[in-house]
Amino acid sequence: MTEARRTDEATVVPYRDGPLIIRGAFRVLDQEGEPIGTPRATVALCRCGRSRARPFCDGSHRLTGFRASDRAEGPDSRECREDDGNSCR
Amino acid sequence: MLDAVKRPPGVLGNPPEPAGDDLSDDDFQQALYLCYEVGYAGFAGVSTDWANEPSLVALRRRLSQRFLAGLTTGLDPLPEGRDIPARLEAMISADDSPSAADYLLHHGTQDQIRELLVHRSAYLLKEADPHTRVVAWLRGRPKAALVEILADEYGGGRVERMHAELYARSLRALGMDCRENAYLAELPGVTLATANLTSALCDRPCWRGALLGHLAVTEMTSSGANRRYGATLRRMGLGHPDVTDYFDEHVAADAVHDVVAAHDMAGSFARSEPDLAESVLRGAQLLLRVEGAFARHVIASWANGHSSLRARSSPAADTSRTDS
Repeated sequence: MTEARRTDEATVVPYRDGPLIIRGAFRVLDQEGEPIGTPRATVALCRCGRSRARPFCDGSHRLTGFRASDRAEGPDSRECREDDGNSCR
Repeated sequence: MLDAVKRPPGVLGNPPEPAGDDLSDDDFQQALYLCYEVGYAGFAGVSTDWANEPSLVALRRRLSQRFLAGLTTGLDPLPEGRDIPARLEAMISADDSPSAADYLLHHGTQDQIRELLVHRSAYLLKEADPHTRVVAWLRGRPKAALVEILADEYGGGRVERMHAELYARSLRALGMDCRENAYLAELPGVTLATANLTSALCDRPCWRGALLGHLAVTEMTSSGANRRYGATLRRMGLGHPDVTDYFDEHVAADAVHDVVAAHDMAGSFARSEPDLAESVLRGAQLLLRVEGAFARHVIASWANGHSSLRARSSPAADTSRTDS
């Protein structure tokens, strides 16, 4: 079971074959600390690298056939999560 | 029927039975559109009490059942896949309908993109209003996901960021009429069918699964189309922010809505209500069917040098809202 989170805590969720979705109390800033983009409660950050609106997603991953897991990847990542009942890949 | 609803609510007579293909029957789709429209912001001079007038409700039920029965005839078998999001992706990939957004980007003229904005005004000037009633028919994660999407549609509570307001601003900036239903008389059946399908699936709880599939595929295909519309407007020298903000906002917002609708909304709904999982996919099929018919109509018209709108046969009765 996931830990209960404070309602203001920022979360980052990678969606399968899609962007990183950010929710909660967050700010997107450039390297000088200036805000980027229109304030929005939930944003999608580019994960495929092909967006023309980076750092934000513009759906370009659909054109490139981008494939990525919604889970942690790498040699030691678990392939199945026993806690949420989803089927294994 | 338009004349009837401008009178105080009373018993509606029966309209002539439509003949032929409902999707392209202008009068059938107008009648169904009016049945739904009295339940939204309505028209200038039309009582909102018409929405509950029993004879109108009965007519709406009759017309919508005929409309949906026709649309659900001859649907392709549903694709296989690991889960609902994957099956929705498969349906989008397999859809071979042409793209109005592509046509306009590569071949379109100013008149043609203005026509496109006229067509889409039937729904976009009340964007998300049909979906709000569906929130009450959901529970748990799909409900939260739908609200997350709708919150964006309504600008997070800021009127200047409401999507319907952004669309009206685009129309005004192009010197077009931004009042709701100002162009109703010019809209062909295939256009009104796209709005009517949305209204129909939001009209009864039993179709909530289909509505979620319909909305998911709408969101999953929106960013790309709106990016192309924005690029087309800029190519034509119409890149003022008042014109393009609507489209730019949708590229950003629908990048979020795409995955939230597919996974958090439609996917989790199908897991929580497996008996309605198939209806989610059917709703997506219906969306692709009506949008495909619309795209084929407008592209065929433009490619042949014709307008894709109905000609105004006579000065139309003023159906547009005059309040903002």
